[in-house]
Amino acid sequence: MKEIAYEKIVEEVKTMCMESNYNLGEDVYSAFKQALQTERSETGKEVLTQLIDNADIAKAERVPMCQDTGTAVFMVEVGQDCHIAGGRLVDAINEGVEKGYGEGYLRNSMVYNPMNRKNTGNNTPAIVHIDLVEGEELTLHMTAKGGGAENMSALKMLKPSDGMEGVKEYILSIVKEAGPNACPPLVVGIGIGGNFERCAFLAKKSLFRPLGVRHEDPAVAELELELMEQINRLGIGPQGMGGSTTALDVKVELESCHIAALPVAVNLNCHASRHQTIVMK
Amino acid sequence: MQKKIRLPLRDEDIESLKAGDRVLLSGVVYTARDAAHKRMVEQEKEGTPLPVELNGQVLYYTGPTPAKPGEVIGSAGPTTSGRMDLYTPALLEKGLKGMIGKGYRSEEVIASMLKHNAVYFGAVGGAAALIARSIKRAEVVAYEDLGTEAIRKLTIEDFPVFVINDIHGGDIYKDGVAKYKQ
Ligand code: SF4
Repeated sequence: MKEIAYEKIVEEVKTMCMESNYNLGEDVYSAFKQALQTERSETGKEVLTQLIDNADIAKAERVPMCQDTGTAVFMVEVGQDCHIAGGRLVDAINEGVEKGYGEGYLRNSMVYNPMNRKNTGNNTPAIVHIDLVEGEELTLHMTAKGGGAENMSALKMLKPSDGMEGVKEYILSIVKEAGPNACPPLVVGIGIGGNFERCAFLAKKSLFRPLGVRHEDPAVAELELELMEQINRLGIGPQGMGGSTTALDVKVELESCHIAALPVAVNLNCHASRHQTIVMK
Repeated sequence: MQKKIRLPLRDEDIESLKAGDRVLLSGVVYTARDAAHKRMVEQEKEGTPLPVELNGQVLYYTGPTPAKPGEVIGSAGPTTSGRMDLYTPALLEKGLKGMIGKGYRSEEVIASMLKHNAVYFGAVGGAAALIARSIKRAEVVAYEDLGTEAIRKLTIEDFPVFVINDIHGGDIYKDGVAKYKQ
């Protein structure tokens, strides 16, 4: 059985927290460049230009691209033939987050509980989703998820009779309502099906897929493209000041659901779509 | 159209600004976000004087990252203004002339801005490293215990913003979107 040391996970997580905040992914960066070519509004172009400059500065100076350095969210795939030695996986992740946010001069944005709202002072706890998979590898996907876009996210239990038209209408209404608040251009993550909590999870999960990568099911891929076109017709534009670039991408994940149910979740992500993945073997 | 404006805002500057204008601001602004607003408005109700004189000033809604050694400030982009809406009319009443943030304001805040001749500017949310370059000095002047949420006095130079709500009823979030909606 493969052994993965607790300390090694701490180090990897620390690095992921810092890198995700300093280095905008190549996928998002090229989506900015692409949008700059197609954006119709001059104001929108100016916003996109600022975002490109901002990403360059953050990378060169190793400073966070956004002051909201986010909640650290992890999707972890644990191979069932690997053994984590020296402590609990979740503790290792939290220790890595504490180090990454502390040593990386990132902002601590977590409070102990919603009643006392006292800052935990080290950006923990991270939100960790664990999936047991085949093999002996440990894969960590991390995102630093900002509050602005998360706050404009929503979930609704539609009726099966609302059908896909109802689903699309609901998604558009959420993007419209979010307007400038979620820092467009957006990445729109959508979960359809599952149950109440699973649906929200699917929406979040969809945001981990790199920009430009379509769902493997052609029907879902088509839905993604159709939604993207409809969202970009809303006119919200970069920072909500009007324009043709409202979404950089739309991601959909779906799953089986109850005969009586049609859950839909919309998890908005801002343009500061910060992701890292590492595989430990 | 790009304008350069020196703070504090003069009446003629405010008069000239139109929703959608690109503006480079220079001078002094104060930072405040949720916790600082809550405390200011509570103090105001108790009759305790505010820790900073807001009359004629501009507030910037931001909670910066910690400054690296030798740096003036960390990354410092705007946060969502709507969370301050509950407290804003009371501050406009005290003479606040401008706010920098991102996102929608409530009908009440817009009405109060029109009444008190105040402007709402939007900085680009997420352009925090770029924006930090235009912040030349930063010092905590009140509520130090609030950490990132403390009130800071910032000296800014050519700080890039857009006019969101002007005093003539213009609102780029409405007008801009209407123009590009298909
Ligand atoms: S929504 Fe995203 S880009 Fe906007 S302030 Fe929050 S983290 Fe930054």
